[in-house]
Amino acid sequence: MITLSHYIVLGAILFCISVAGLFINRKNVIVLLMAIELMLLAVNINFVAFSRFNHDVAGQVFVFFILTVAAAESAIGLAILVLLFRNRSTVNVAEIDSMKG
Amino acid sequence: MELSSSILLTIALAPLAGCLFAGFLGKQIGRAGAHSITILGLLISCGLSFYVLYQIVFAGAPVYNHNIYIWFEIGKYTATVGFLIDHLTAMMMVVVTFVSLLVHVYTIGYMADDPGYQRFFSYISLFTFSMLMLVMSNNFLQLFFGWEAVGLVSYLLIGFWYKRPTAIFANLKAFLVNRVGDFGFLLGISAVLFFLGTLDYATAFAAAPTLVGKTLTLTQNIHWDAATVICILLFIGAMGKSAQVPLHVWLPDSMEGPTPISALIHAATMVTAGIFMVARMSPLYELSETALSVVLVIGATGALFTGLIGIVQNDIKRVVAYSTLSQLGYMTVALGVSAYAGAVYHLMTHAFFKALLFLGAGSVIIAMHHEQDMRYMGGLRKYMPITWITMWIGALALCGVPFFSGFYSKDAIIEAVQHSHRWGSGYAYFCVLIGAFVTATYTFRQMYMTFHGKERFRVEHHHHDAHAHGHDQGKDTHAHEHPLHADVHGPHAHAMTDDPAKHGGHGGHEPGVLEHAPKESPWVVTLPLILLAIPSLVVGWFTVKPMLYGGWFGSAIHVNESNDVLGEMAKEFDGWASAGLHGLTQIPFFLVLAAFIITTYIYLFNPSLAGKIKSALKPIWIILDRKFWVDEIYFAIFARGGVKLGRMFWKGGDAAVIDGVLIDGSASLIQRIAAGVRRVQSGYLYHYAFAMILGLILLLGGYWLVGH
Repeated sequence: MITLSHYIVLGAILFCISVAGLFINRKNVIVLLMAIELMLLAVNINFVAFSRFNHDVAGQVFVFFILTVAAAESAIGLAILVLLFRNRSTVNVAEIDSMKG
Repeated sequence: MELSSSILLTIALAPLAGCLFAGFLGKQIGRAGAHSITILGLLISCGLSFYVLYQIVFAGAPVYNHNIYIWFEIGKYTATVGFLIDHLTAMMMVVVTFVSLLVHVYTIGYMADDPGYQRFFSYISLFTFSMLMLVMSNNFLQLFFGWEAVGLVSYLLIGFWYKRPTAIFANLKAFLVNRVGDFGFLLGISAVLFFLGTLDYATAFAAAPTLVGKTLTLTQNIHWDAATVICILLFIGAMGKSAQVPLHVWLPDSMEGPTPISALIHAATMVTAGIFMVARMSPLYELSETALSVVLVIGATGALFTGLIGIVQNDIKRVVAYSTLSQLGYMTVALGVSAYAGAVYHLMTHAFFKALLFLGAGSVIIAMHHEQDMRYMGGLRKYMPITWITMWIGALALCGVPFFSGFYSKDAIIEAVQHSHRWGSGYAYFCVLIGAFVTATYTFRQMYMTFHGKERFRVEHHHHDAHAHGHDQGKDTHAHEHPLHADVHGPHAHAMTDDPAKHGGHGGHEPGVLEHAPKESPWVVTLPLILLAIPSLVVGWFTVKPMLYGGWFGSAIHVNESNDVLGEMAKEFDGWASAGLHGLTQIPFFLVLAAFIITTYIYLFNPSLAGKIKSALKPIWIILDRKFWVDEIYFAIFARGGVKLGRMFWKGGDAAVIDGVLIDGSASLIQRIAAGVRRVQSGYLYHYAFAMILGLILLLGGYWLVGH
């Protein structure tokens, strides 16, 4: 029997992986974007799971929104990334520190 | 018939109008316009003052005491402008306006070539207005207004030649010393308001007996008698204004101002404001034996010791200045023994003869082309007979020679002190008695050095261009064309120093060398001298009986029966003539005679003796010449101390705390914090993301904790 907690644990694991991806990754900005996508997916899993167990479709509707927005976001993110690469000839995270105070 | 308020207003405001015209329209109305309009104002004021005196004294007008204008209201307290006209006020008004009028006339001659002519007239008219507001006031606040206003005018006039550093020093000194006095005065007025709940004279004096037994509690163990506190605080104000020891130091320096104002402000009227004030407050002073003893001792000290300084002065104006200090001491002594009428009476006679002496000194200064050092004078009597005779009248009145006005007032004071049993009256009697000898000594010395003996100046005629920068230029015909006139004019600057050697360096002028022979001053100068000499001689004859012994002041002056020394003396008084004859057999007259003989011998017959005495009594001479080092002590303690205190606040308070800690400190603190915070801003995305996550965890953790 698969219970709600299984789903939530899965979501949490996915979330943690994505956070780890954010922190541990020092090389590639593309990996950062992928980690963010993964984070959103983890949230989506939570939404779907709660929607299923609470018998409320609103959660699943929300997931559609998130997916749409995430798609748009990754499109913009990749576009920014392309521009960044053009300007700085690198996607190495360690080298992108122009926000340093 | 009651006095009308419009007359009183006219008396006070006519000089003010003159002041405003001469001050603001000085250029338009010109020199003649300025002196005409101010003198017109004074004529109106003086004439009406005499009318008021007549009404009060002879026509039996009742005491006028009305408020005529509400100045402002604060809570329960209403400040009003009002007049209280009784015998005391009427007499003061006449003295003030009469002397002021003569000084106005005199100024036409004395300041003839000064570029600040209109300004000067404007100032002295403003002074007259302020002084009238002071004496006519019916409440403490208006008194304080007049008090400060005369102080302001005094400041302006001492520094009249504002380009001269010594004048600026002197007026600053006068101003600062007066601040000390005014501080006490203001506290005294506050104490009156605190204890009596009103600043109106009539109400306050009526309520004065309720002060008995009241105390001012400072700490649990210190209780001060209310009346004593009030009276001493008010007297501190009088000490400043009337130049009593130890606040006397400003008056000799005030001689930096032009001579007419030395006569008007620093001899005849303003400096007597303190005497007038104490006499006016007699209902309060009668409540405190302690305060009166303080007044007595301070007055006596001033009467003797400042007179002693006068003996060694060589500047003709300074001698008169120290004589003023000494005479103010006499008046204060009279106040101290509850002989208020005696003090006010001496105030009046002194106003006449001291103004006369000052104006006479001014006349001599004009003749000597602004040389003030008596060592370069001598033998002037044949050049300027009117000045000579009138000044002798003033001098004899000052010495208290019987039948002169000064005799009646001064002798009354000495006798009153003798009759008094107040604590300190023994010391005071000693002081005023020796003081009589001292007064006569410096007066006769001054007269001999100025008018008698050998001429100690030379008259040399030379061309104008040879001494174009000499300061006797001031009275020359082409003075107006001189661009540096005000500077060059500087007639008194050098004479203020005691050292004749210093004179040489001043504008290339050689001391004791005159361009023209001295000559008698013009009529605008001699007329006031004559008009002042008359009252100096005769005023005692017909005023002594009513004013001193006749209870003339009526309700204006209140004396307890047990203190009434003048009342006691009145029993022995039988007319001015026999009092004068009686005076010829009294100790004070013998002292004057002794001084006369000694000075005559020294200065007329054996001039070299003066130098011998001086070297024989060198230590004493040094003490007197240094004026008991009071100036030096004040300078060391207050001026230096003030500088040190200021430096401490500057370095410690301003530079270290405010600048160092608060301003620079806060800036550098922000900088340091920012430097720390900067390090957090690494610029790496994942650091920011980590911070966000961390924040999220903390937030959720916080909720979780609170939820449980």
